Amino acid sequence: MNTLEIKETEKQKSETLVSGSVAVIEALLAENVTTIFGYPGGAIMPIYDALFDYKKQLNHILVRHEQGATHAAQGFARVSGATGVVFATSGPGATNLVTGLADAMIDSTPLVCITGQVFAHLLGTDAFQETDIVNITSPVTKWNYQITDASEIPSVLAKAFYIAKSGRPGPVLIDITKNAQLQLFDYEGYQKCDFIRSYKPQPDIRISYVEQAAELINQAKKPFVIFGQGVILGNAEKEFLQFIEKAGIPSAWTIMGMSAIPTNHPLAVGMLGMHGNYAPNLFTNECDVLIAIGMRFDDRVTGRLDKYAKQAKIIHLDIDPAEIDKNVLVNVPVWGNCKETLPLLTERVEQKSHQEWITKFHQAIAIETEKLIEPELFPEEGEITMGEVIQLINELTNGEAVMVTDVGQHQMITCRYSHQNKTRSNITSGGLGTMGFALPAAIGAKYGAPERTVIAVMGDGGAQMNIQELGTIMQFKPNVKILILNNSFLGMVRQWQELFHEKRYSFTDIQSPDFVQVAKGYGIKGNKVALREELKSALQEMIDFPESFLLEVAVRMEDNVFPMVPQGKGVSEIVLCKEDI
Amino acid sequence: MKKEFTLTIYTENHVGLINKIAIMFSRRKISLESFNTSPSEVPNIYRFTIVVVEAEAVVKNLVKQIEKIVDVFKVYCNTNDEIVWQQMALYKVPTEVIIKEVKVERLLREYGAKAVVIRNDYTVFEATGQGEEINKLLKKLDKFGLIEFVRSSRIAIINASEGIHKKVVEMELKNPALQTINNEFLDKKDQVFQM
Repeated sequence: MNTLEIKETEKQKSETLVSGSVAVIEALLAENVTTIFGYPGGAIMPIYDALFDYKKQLNHILVRHEQGATHAAQGFARVSGATGVVFATSGPGATNLVTGLADAMIDSTPLVCITGQVFAHLLGTDAFQETDIVNITSPVTKWNYQITDASEIPSVLAKAFYIAKSGRPGPVLIDITKNAQLQLFDYEGYQKCDFIRSYKPQPDIRISYVEQAAELINQAKKPFVIFGQGVILGNAEKEFLQFIEKAGIPSAWTIMGMSAIPTNHPLAVGMLGMHGNYAPNLFTNECDVLIAIGMRFDDRVTGRLDKYAKQAKIIHLDIDPAEIDKNVLVNVPVWGNCKETLPLLTERVEQKSHQEWITKFHQAIAIETEKLIEPELFPEEGEITMGEVIQLINELTNGEAVMVTDVGQHQMITCRYSHQNKTRSNITSGGLGTMGFALPAAIGAKYGAPERTVIAVMGDGGAQMNIQELGTIMQFKPNVKILILNNSFLGMVRQWQELFHEKRYSFTDIQSPDFVQVAKGYGIKGNKVALREELKSALQEMIDFPESFLLEVAVRMEDNVFPMVPQGKGVSEIVLCKEDI
Repeated sequence: MKKEFTLTIYTENHVGLINKIAIMFSRRKISLESFNTSPSEVPNIYRFTIVVVEAEAVVKNLVKQIEKIVDVFKVYCNTNDEIVWQQMALYKVPTEVIIKEVKVERLLREYGAKAVVIRNDYTVFEATGQGEEINKLLKKLDKFGLIEFVRSSRIAIINASEGIHKKVVEMELKNPALQTINNEFLDKKDQVFQM
């Protein structure tokens, strides 16, 4: 090479030199990321500096607390099916992510969280804002990794996005030291990852198991389908409907599976679990073949395990082999993505209607409707019930809204009574039961589905956890409806204290600020309602208002959620009222 | 009913993986009887050998959950009759006792122990065997002024596993591992900008 040529190659080389921070942003663009929820800080400043030049391509939402960023990213991912992206700084910024990561882990939500970290040479020295976030988050992430050299950034981020979204989704955390963010390196472009040699996102489908399952279903007199979020995560709603409609099987959902089929579908028989519907709990212990699809037999669904569906042959369709036989021993494990396994099963099952068996469900539903649902949804006197609020929302939105909930009584009531026509309409903290989830998750959901009405339903307790995210709404103006069902108690704990602790209301009488005034301080319009006559118009005003709106509804203080499978009891021991416990 | 199980785990060579595997046990409050990690016969692939005493149903769940860790290739789970296993132990004994007591020499020969270091003041013997044998020799040497003792964790070879070496080679062949970059900045602090 002559001098000129050497100069030329050096020039080319310097053109491909980019900083680690720019490589991070380039990776996000290559992964079609549109929205980032985050909070800057010392150790992630170079990435934020790079982001400044990409403001047009990437919409960064500045939250008010990093926990809010994770929940917002979860809400975004859950309504859109895309991966949620979070930025946070080192130390406290990173540790604030832990609750959201745990929530995303247990509810299988794809997230990629990028945290800044102190300079590599300071690692382990208790430097300013240093925490060992990789070890802290190991139990609550699907994968995590620390980058200390910029050259690793493209390949590691490609891995992160692949792992977060493939197989059973989950959160991934990538910790990048500040020197790596600043370091200039020879950037060879971004290549998406679709293979990791030690990682098998989904198991191979074994046709013999599909055949065994079909045989059991064809012989069944009283088959029963219970399904979870796997149907939604696998985008298998259509395949699922084709299966249950051909085989004529009544189907019940877990809280995470809700909205995978329209809640008014003729084969839909309600929600499973501790506060689920009467019929599906009762007949879990009467069916002859139980077909579990994309669900994990959580203890809130199964109640006491030694009294769970002992009479039934159990078929379990799941993408995660570790879920097979984890809680409930199954007869036929159908490994794989239900998007692929369900059509194979549908091919092999006979067209049936099981009319007599379905009638039994409807009889039980009628009992629950008369004893519980009617008085809850259409009370004629006394204070407002939570149920009637949800019923009115059903009327006003025609079941088209995205309902986002925290955890507790309002969550159970919302999930029991809300009508949902579209998939990805029920966003809740299912496995972890995180108070303070709803408000930030609703913000994220609005960015994930801007065309839909998003309603955050909260209790007065949960509304005070992460209330700071009103500031995010103030600044970025996502049109989120904030509905607070205020019973002046930490309702679900109070219910348990009433039922199982002789009404010793230990620290569950929580005081609230004037929520409407708080909202006003953030420039958000609000209203408060306590009278039945005003409820409908107040809800209408909230839904129709062109911007965010906070509505506080004073509801009955000591209402209980029923039916209930008391802890330690079998699912068929479900009780309809307090007196039966 | 609890039983002794030996888990053999093949993994990538990644920093922090030991923690990820260990928390699978600690989250269920299961203590480890023995924990060994070392490079396997194939470059970039590590082999863990872990011994636990647990109920079979729990171990089956654990195996699947460990296999789910992204950087883990494969987990094998075996009972003691399915493996050949050994531990090694080192015994430090005063040399003068060995010279004086004929019994000691006979004892060491009986247990197949061999001297690794012989000094004026002490001698270090090495013995391999299963837990029981190592304990027996320990008990006996204790009477002769044992100075120090240490035992290794268990290593095990699976009886019915002729294909494992082939499989491990295959693991490596499929798309070579990304090289982990170690923290090379530890001693370069003057060369980087700080805030």
